[in-house]
Amino acid sequence: MRSKLLKVALAALLIPATNLVSAETKPAAMKLSNNVVKIGVLTDMSGVYSDLGGQGAVTAVQMAIDDFKAEYKPKFNIEMVYADHQNKADVGSNKVREWYDTEGVDMVTDLLNSGVSLAVGKVTQEKKRIAIFVGSGSTRLTDQDCTPNTIHYAYDTYALANVAGKAIVKNGGDSWFFLTADYAFGHSLEKDTADVVKANGGKVLGSVRHPLNASDFSSYLLQAQASKSKIIGLANAGGDTINAIKAASEFGITKNQQLAGLLMFITDIHALGLQTTQGMLLTSGFYWDKDDETRKFSKRFFDKTKRNPTMVQAGDYSAVTTYLKAVMAAGTDEAAAVMAKMKSTPINDFFARNGKIRENGRMIHDMYLMQVKKPSESKYPWDYYEIKSVVSGEDAFQPLSASQCPLVKK
Amino acid sequence: MTSFFDIPIQALMGQLMLGLVNGSFYAILSLGLAVIFGMLNIINFAHGALYMMGAFLAWMALDYLGIGYWPALILVPLAIGVFGVLIERTMLRWLYKLDHLYGLLLTFGLALVIEGLFINAYGVSGQPYQIPAELAGGFNLGFMFLPYYRGWVIFASLLVCFATWYGIEKTRLGAYLRAATENPKLTQAFGINVPIMVMLTYGFGAALAGFAGVLAAPVIQVSPLMGSHLIITVFAVVVIGGMGSIMGSIVTGLGLGVVEGITNLVYPAASNTVVFVIMAIVLMMRPAGLFGKEQ
Amino acid sequence: MNRTAIAYLALLAVGVVLPFFVYPILVMKVLCFALFACAFNLLLGYTGLLSFGHAAFFGTAAYVAGYAIKGWGFPPELGILAGTVASALLGWVVGSLAIRRTGIYFAMVTLALAQMVYFIFLQAPFTGGEDGLQGVPRGKLLGLINLSNDLNLYYFVLAIFVFGFCLIYRTIHSPFGQILKAIRENEPRAISLGYDVAKYKLLAFVLSAGLSGLAGATKMLVFKFATLTDAHWHSSGEVVLMTILGGMGTVLGPVVGSSTIVTLQNELADKVGSLVTVIMGLIFVVCVLAFRRGIVGEISALYKRMFGG
Repeated sequence: MRSKLLKVALAALLIPATNLVSAETKPAAMKLSNNVVKIGVLTDMSGVYSDLGGQGAVTAVQMAIDDFKAEYKPKFNIEMVYADHQNKADVGSNKVREWYDTEGVDMVTDLLNSGVSLAVGKVTQEKKRIAIFVGSGSTRLTDQDCTPNTIHYAYDTYALANVAGKAIVKNGGDSWFFLTADYAFGHSLEKDTADVVKANGGKVLGSVRHPLNASDFSSYLLQAQASKSKIIGLANAGGDTINAIKAASEFGITKNQQLAGLLMFITDIHALGLQTTQGMLLTSGFYWDKDDETRKFSKRFFDKTKRNPTMVQAGDYSAVTTYLKAVMAAGTDEAAAVMAKMKSTPINDFFARNGKIRENGRMIHDMYLMQVKKPSESKYPWDYYEIKSVVSGEDAFQPLSASQCPLVKK
Repeated sequence: MTSFFDIPIQALMGQLMLGLVNGSFYAILSLGLAVIFGMLNIINFAHGALYMMGAFLAWMALDYLGIGYWPALILVPLAIGVFGVLIERTMLRWLYKLDHLYGLLLTFGLALVIEGLFINAYGVSGQPYQIPAELAGGFNLGFMFLPYYRGWVIFASLLVCFATWYGIEKTRLGAYLRAATENPKLTQAFGINVPIMVMLTYGFGAALAGFAGVLAAPVIQVSPLMGSHLIITVFAVVVIGGMGSIMGSIVTGLGLGVVEGITNLVYPAASNTVVFVIMAIVLMMRPAGLFGKEQ
Repeated sequence: MNRTAIAYLALLAVGVVLPFFVYPILVMKVLCFALFACAFNLLLGYTGLLSFGHAAFFGTAAYVAGYAIKGWGFPPELGILAGTVASALLGWVVGSLAIRRTGIYFAMVTLALAQMVYFIFLQAPFTGGEDGLQGVPRGKLLGLINLSNDLNLYYFVLAIFVFGFCLIYRTIHSPFGQILKAIRENEPRAISLGYDVAKYKLLAFVLSAGLSGLAGATKMLVFKFATLTDAHWHSSGEVVLMTILGGMGTVLGPVVGSSTIVTLQNELADKVGSLVTVIMGLIFVVCVLAFRRGIVGEISALYKRMFGG
């Protein structure tokens, strides 16, 4: 009897024996691990942030790879894998660990959740690969938790607060109450915005934290209402922001208090409609209708996905292109060499204007202060924003001198 | 400004009202659990999933078929009831002779299946369901702002709860039901078809969950996870109230909703845990629950 | 007896060579969940108590061990010990409350209390909330062996598993284990025989909680991460499933069940995505309806039928 048990147990244990560990390098003209450059897209496929990245992020990365192959005719293979991080830090970091250990993934990107990104950053540093955070916002990624193997690409909470937050205070919104998503990103956005509000002479009356993907915002909004602040700052994103705005209008809160969506994506405006969002000030690093180049990319993206690209999806494209160029220039996919190449090369494409990657991994580029148009001003589908001002990367992002990142030499 | 311990009266009333809304859902769901438990001796873990299905069916009816809120309020519970009958006929009835725990485990598995299917189809983020036009907007009572729809939720759920109570305690059918709960063999001997009653009871409990789901759809996001968020709290409500009496379930459900609302004001961080703390205290003082009978 | 010993030794030998053929992290995960399920089985299979809140112990130990190692600079072995002790203490508190009710109520009470623990972890500052407690260093075992090497860590995890498994094996086959079985079979009779049933139940609960904690703390060290997922009621459900699928009340059942489930989840995650939950649910339903003895239980029943026991 026991021997039968043994067999069953053995069979059960040996099912995954196909996942053999092999990481032999085969040197060609290029020094590549596994003779291929493998990019992992780790994103939110079905959760609150899936509209910001999700399937669209996979599409954008695939476009970047195809375009790179067509334009530069590289002698190496480029492959892509993708997975759902479910907005859970453990799920994301375990997946990335497995990718690095068993699939020879060289670079991971998208990453829509700061908690996930922080965890992925640690694995990436340990395994000496590269991670480019496009979708997550916490400044911790380039501050105390910076690593030599990670880049923070599209935006961060400091820039969001510094561009739109400042503009709102200057327009008279000088008392704030925050509705904050209770994880790294929300905390970071609340803190950075509160700092900006105070620095510009405003007051912060309080805050309330809600879980990610909260189902009912009414009780939080009642707390915000009781504070009698002029502005209710929404330190959350994606589906949470949309739901908070809807609940606020159900309770008639918008009559006396103004909502400020501190991170709004164009898909959020699309979902809520201009009637609800008109006049809102927001920060973005990308707008599809900014110029001919952005329109050209967005048209191609729209044809594939039936949506215009968000800042994250356009950023994914730009980040992957930047990475692949650096691999080609460095002649290897070894992380330190590629990172050095990326940090020493300025970035200028349809997404990033006057872009460069700082020592702490922060990619700075022009940011835009946008105002959502009135329904009457919107002339064609997705005509949602008016660009009020362009803020240079140096002014928008945290000054390097203030960074707590140990990589920054002072 | 009138205030109560430094808390503006408007905020107090608002939170109390939200507490009553949540309490209404607790009441309907724990009532359904109690009715099912009384007859089948099964704790229906799938109750949360049925509630979620109710909300989703309402949303799908509107989105795919153009069936509005009011018809859905009748049709969806019927559909969920029929679904419940199917579950009872095909699966649950094979377990009656076994340890009650198997019923819990089976319905837990069912809950996972249902939840997983909806997650697979719709993702975990919520689908919006508009408040029906008749009940949009709200009424400023001076001391508080009452959105019409939330008022309707409290009213409708109280109505359903008391109708159920009346049906079970005061009608002939209810008498059969109580008899069958007390002594199934004897009731059968009196010529009452007990298996059919068991089947209908489960169907009715499921329909209650479906009704709560439709009510909830416009208030919260219609999401595959909405049921599992709620069901564990409802379990605690059931343990606190004890499953001895119908009225006990209703009162405990509403009461704990209000307690949660007040906690939200006084110490928001504890609003998620207060029900469980109360449960622990009740277990220490009165293990059978507030309205329960010692077995 | 001899054949049993040989079989176990052969299994151990498989455990020793396995990391050379299979991704070691995956095997470590299997071992942690196997220990978790064995600890759970001590309660469900041998005492007849269905706890639906065991994730609380799994998760608590992970957080406490993680914080002890990361925050206070504990070496890994002391960190794991701290986590295990914390879970055992929590087990004592939860157990004292839960054994006031029996059967279905016991299940609901444990589930609800575990949910409370979950919310506390969600909000407490030291856990990192939804971000989790990240980047816990694996450190050096006894200050000598570097555990950041996956193979070194693997043998450490294997040793912990073997220790836990042997402890459970001894418990089941001790007089204490016999009394637990007596309680499972007929509680009133056990009371009438003069046993303080509540005390025995509580002791079994604490032991089970502590060993679940040992598993949770070990898993934390493998992934360098303590997370809400560990404390979520889904994990409680998973361990029930592993035990039932493998065969509750059998010594090896939980090991077989957890190997199957973890492997299955790992293989399926990329292929069917969120349908994994559906498959887990279906396995649950099938097990309860048609397969209540579990894999090991069915096999030994078959063996008895064919060869007369």
